[in-house]
Amino acid sequence: MAKKASTFKNMTLTLFLITVVAGISLGYINEVTKGPIAKAKLERTTNALKNVLPTFDNDPLQDILKIKAEEVKDSIEFYPAFQEGVRVGTAVVASSEKGYNGLIRLMVGFEPNGSIIDIRVLEQKETPGLGTKIKGEKFKRQFRGKNPSAFNLKVKKDQGEVDALTGATITTRAFSEAVQLAYDKMIQNQSQTGSDE
Amino acid sequence: MNEPVNQKQNFIKGIIKDNPVFVMLLGMCPVLGVTSSAFNGLGMGIATLFVLLMSNIVVSLIKTQIPAKVRIPAFIIIIASFVTIVEMVLEAFIPVLYEQLGIFIPLIVVNCLILGRAEAFASKNNLLSSVVDALGMGIGFTIALVVLGATREILGNGSLFDFPLTSEDSSTLILFILPPGAFIALAYLSVGFNKLTAKMN
Repeated sequence: MAKKASTFKNMTLTLFLITVVAGISLGYINEVTKGPIAKAKLERTTNALKNVLPTFDNDPLQDILKIKAEEVKDSIEFYPAFQEGVRVGTAVVASSEKGYNGLIRLMVGFEPNGSIIDIRVLEQKETPGLGTKIKGEKFKRQFRGKNPSAFNLKVKKDQGEVDALTGATITTRAFSEAVQLAYDKMIQNQSQTGSDE
Repeated sequence: MNEPVNQKQNFIKGIIKDNPVFVMLLGMCPVLGVTSSAFNGLGMGIATLFVLLMSNIVVSLIKTQIPAKVRIPAFIIIIASFVTIVEMVLEAFIPVLYEQLGIFIPLIVVNCLILGRAEAFASKNNLLSSVVDALGMGIGFTIALVVLGATREILGNGSLFDFPLTSEDSSTLILFILPPGAFIALAYLSVGFNKLTAKMN
């Protein structure tokens, strides 16, 4: 089992060969998984839409409207939902970068009058067991049916009405901020997203 | 080096005598970071087991072709490639698991358990021994992560594999979910494990 001598030529050649093989196989796997990954992402959005909106019969993915916001890097997405031509709600995807570990992306479903139907966390990197509880029933329950025009979307520590998660006030703040942003942008762009079109 | 390796002992050592977590204290970064729940521990353990197995196989096969002075970078490239493959395959075909483990998977690259086995075992032994070694070590690692994750989840969250054991509002020892709790739980489990194995001998 003699090892190859560590000459300059041997070392360069070996590393070169290994990187080439690694590069080619990664490229191949990337090609193979590209389709399924895109499909899985789309499915995730569709599932989230079904979760935060009442039954609809249009394709919100077709009617999507994207708006650039100054507050966050990601654009805000609006998905209008219709049932037999009548507006039944809007799902808004908004984010906050002030989470404990950065980005938190949410999909918030609003009724035509602005009340929150349900919220779904799309992306988060919060501390498992603490911040990740924003995905839990118990936390989200307090937002359902509330209208942000009458419900102060700030944690109680900041004189708001949101019950912060124990040990995850920062996460709760970011979460509430994203919900507020979703609501504000929906109101601001009512002319394009409003129910009277 | 050429004496035949007892494969049964080779397999068992990864689980008990040389358990990577409780005895060798390897790969502490994922061990402490991921194990806030039993499910996370299990997922991370299995992903690590897969990468460890693949990297041990490849390293064992090409060990004579790698000049000694560049062996570490060569191993790292091999390991990093497999980690990326695991990540892409998970995202494409098991999106549920990917959502849970997504951010932990890149951490496997820096898990010194994998590099350690490539360097200390696979680069000196034949293919069969390396496979058995990877399986033993990987399973030992997975068991340790699940036990640690379960301990922390029960104490800190009052649930096991997301199945609630206490009511939603009861107060739990949140400390165990937090990073310091990981150190405390690991230390006690490690003491217990070593006491137990010492007694068995």
